[in-house]
Amino acid sequence: MRARILRVFALVVKELLALLRDPASRAVLIGPPIIQLIVFGYAATFELKHVPFVVYNQDQGQLSRELVARFAGAPSFDLVQFVYDQKTVEQSINNKSALMAMDIGPNFSADLERGRPAHVQIVLDGRDSNTAAIAMGYVQSIVTQFNQAQVVQHGMKPPPTVLLDRAWFNPNLDSRWFIVPGICGILTLLVSILTTGLSVAREREMGTFDQLLVTPMPPAEILLGKALPGFLVGTAEGTLIVLMAIFWFHVPFTGSLIALYIGLLCFLFAAVGIGLMISSLAVTQQQGLLGVFLFMVPAIVLSGFSTPIANMPQAVQYITLLDPLRYFLIVLRGSFLEGGGVTLFWPQYWPLLTIGLISMIVAGTLFRKRLA
Amino acid sequence: MGVIVVNNLSKSFGKGTSRKDALKNVSFEIAEGSMTALIGPDGAGKTTLLRLLAGILQPDTGNLHVLGHALPHDALQLQAKIGYMPQRFGLYENLTVEENLTLFADLHNIPEDRRKARFDDLLTMTALGPFRARRAGKLSGGMKQKLGLACTLIHPPRVLLLDEASVGVDPISRRELWSIIQQQVIREKVTVLLSTAYMDEAERCDHVLLLHEGEILAQGSPSDLIAPMQGHSFLLQEAAMAARALQSQVARLPDVVDTVIQGDGLRIVMKKVEPPPLPADLAVRGPSKPVPARLEDAFVSLLVNRNPHHSIPLPPATKAVANDAAVVEVKSLYRYFGDFAAVKDVSFSVQKGEIYGLLGANGAGKSTTFRMLCGLLPASSGTLRVAGADLRTGEASARARIGYVSQKFSLYGALSVLQNLSFFATVYGLQNRRKRDRIGWALEELELKDYIAMNAADLPLGYKQRLALACALMHEPSILFLDEPTSGVDPLARREFWARVNALAQGGTTCLVTTHFMEEAEYCDRLVLMSLGEVLAEGTPTEIKSRVRHADQPNPTMEDAFISLIEEHERVSRRAS
Repeated sequence: MRARILRVFALVVKELLALLRDPASRAVLIGPPIIQLIVFGYAATFELKHVPFVVYNQDQGQLSRELVARFAGAPSFDLVQFVYDQKTVEQSINNKSALMAMDIGPNFSADLERGRPAHVQIVLDGRDSNTAAIAMGYVQSIVTQFNQAQVVQHGMKPPPTVLLDRAWFNPNLDSRWFIVPGICGILTLLVSILTTGLSVAREREMGTFDQLLVTPMPPAEILLGKALPGFLVGTAEGTLIVLMAIFWFHVPFTGSLIALYIGLLCFLFAAVGIGLMISSLAVTQQQGLLGVFLFMVPAIVLSGFSTPIANMPQAVQYITLLDPLRYFLIVLRGSFLEGGGVTLFWPQYWPLLTIGLISMIVAGTLFRKRLA
Repeated sequence: MGVIVVNNLSKSFGKGTSRKDALKNVSFEIAEGSMTALIGPDGAGKTTLLRLLAGILQPDTGNLHVLGHALPHDALQLQAKIGYMPQRFGLYENLTVEENLTLFADLHNIPEDRRKARFDDLLTMTALGPFRARRAGKLSGGMKQKLGLACTLIHPPRVLLLDEASVGVDPISRRELWSIIQQQVIREKVTVLLSTAYMDEAERCDHVLLLHEGEILAQGSPSDLIAPMQGHSFLLQEAAMAARALQSQVARLPDVVDTVIQGDGLRIVMKKVEPPPLPADLAVRGPSKPVPARLEDAFVSLLVNRNPHHSIPLPPATKAVANDAAVVEVKSLYRYFGDFAAVKDVSFSVQKGEIYGLLGANGAGKSTTFRMLCGLLPASSGTLRVAGADLRTGEASARARIGYVSQKFSLYGALSVLQNLSFFATVYGLQNRRKRDRIGWALEELELKDYIAMNAADLPLGYKQRLALACALMHEPSILFLDEPTSGVDPLARREFWARVNALAQGGTTCLVTTHFMEEAEYCDRLVLMSLGEVLAEGTPTEIKSRVRHADQPNPTMEDAFISLIEEHERVSRRAS
């Protein structure tokens, strides 16, 4: 037994030395994740600022100018220019000089003064549907404010129901709070899967894998020696990114560290299992890399990182159940924002453990089959 | 003025402390229509020189003129007129023979009307005509090399630069390649510069350049280089004892530069023009006879003079008691990859303490047989016993009895010498004191002490080979598998390596070695000669050579034996079908 432990330990030490002594792999392990975290942390935001818009105001009245002033003054919008015909409206949207055009009809002020509903047409550039939808939301809230001001000024009867919104967990709906914990999950997955997914292929290419196979080490020990470094590197990377999220991006951490780390270990179990599966299939590092990316892209898209799983078609929602990142993102966001504890996350832990167990068994079988 | 003129050429790689001089102040000239061989140990700068002449590397200092073009400035104009064949020629394995030729004709803008004649000419010359429609990946090693040469000759070039074109190729293909190259020189007045590890090839050239650590150590015609060695070479024959035991005694005598086993005899190279001072009690039946010197003698003595400290280790004088027990047994072994039979009906057995060779060209099935013996690959059928067990199906612990040095000296490049040794020691279950002792032994015995902290990837090739051997010997295995351990290694390092293997065998370790160098057969106690997955012959080197001895060929070499046996084998199989 002691000999077994020593052998596996030697393999783990060798694996870590090979990763950390080689300047190229050391750089890959440390550089890109930090750069990605900073770039994504600052760049990936759902908030819109400075939406360029044009105004085609056919109305001569005071009220239309007031409405335009509300838009021009809002931080979300930038007034590019006033236009005087429909054709220019079209052009400015087409050539992307404006994302939005506001068309105010000739009777706008008159209608309002007579207490009749007045019409404003908003034209949005739908080529980027996400941005258009967000801009529309801003437009609605500005128009609502305008209406309320009218009610107060003119002493009209207030509308029957007023909607008051209050966001829990993220009171200002700061999208960075939502995105940065998600990036923790993606980068931890990437690093741990790269470490395990390429390590066997690298040895196959160098010929050292044969050298390992002719030693008295049974395949199970080799597999274990290859899995553990993935855990260690993944835990270190995850910790680093969580610390950066808290101390650099000031995302509040309201939950329990224990719950988060149980989640991280369950997640790494699944990630390392999938990495080993890729490893047992790939003969060259190139194939390994291809395998990692074939897995990574759908794993991110289906994880709910940027688009809610609930919005996906039912069939796709079933597929997301296979995605370990899906579960870990819930643990991450729950730990950061919801203050969730171990009991809350149990429904996330066990699927991760199941995925890990199955992929480890498959990797072991494939590994043995490849050797046979 | 010569076709190739090189003046004070220097080239180094890397920066700061890792800076290495590949070529130092090299000057030479090559005449039109001549054949020049570039020889020298590994890392001497042969490949760098050829790449500089092909215009794909920039020199640091010095002038290079090829066909009157100054390099690297006129590289593009020059490249249209020369043919350069790198060590691993880039054939497109998924294209057929003809498609490969067409591709290279396109790259060189050969007009459509000239192509057919040129293709026919090249295909006749290389005897690849019947394989026009075969994919390059499906060709044998020798055929691939010939196709590579045909693609290089497509334009046709006026200067031909060949980097170890014949390494790893079977003797028949090697002869064919050589005759194609010679035809080019005679018929087309092509100027040829080729690097080679085979001294017999260099001896057939007009001019030889001996490179060593980036400098030209000697140059001239082969006879110029051999001349000072005349009278230094002797052959000691009809010894009453085994040639290897004789060698270990003679090598210790003063003024002996080099000893090589040749058949039953021993070839000796002396420092001075006098026969070796054989002690009276040495059990030899006759005095040593003077024999004509050859280029290899000059090569070895020049290099030994150059680095007297880098002497060849002496094999130990005592031989362990031989044991008749067979430690490796192979019976009617087959291995198929799809329909392709890589190993067909191979049987042999190896006794304890023997040096057993598997000889054959690349693709003969040596490595496949080896991988099956080591348990890395299952056999399709047949039985295998290594130290009484089948390593594939048996207990993992049985593998502790073998050591394996793979073809590429598989080491962890990012780990230091010490870390590599320590890793393999632990994996083989060595602990504490024994581990320390064995690492100490390896550093001492294989002279790795000065490199202890260096990364394995940065070691010179010869030291990589030593470290790989050390890692495989950590646990003192009783059987050692060595897969092509001398591939790409120069004659001096090869001697050094064989002396170590010799010492191990004398100590009772059974050594199985694969090699594609036919002359290395002499180092083996017994061997199998393989071709296309089949055993051509099995026995001691003398037995195998005597099978092809006849009036026209009174003193056949192993290469002659290989060629005769293949021809005989082909006759038999043709009659059978």
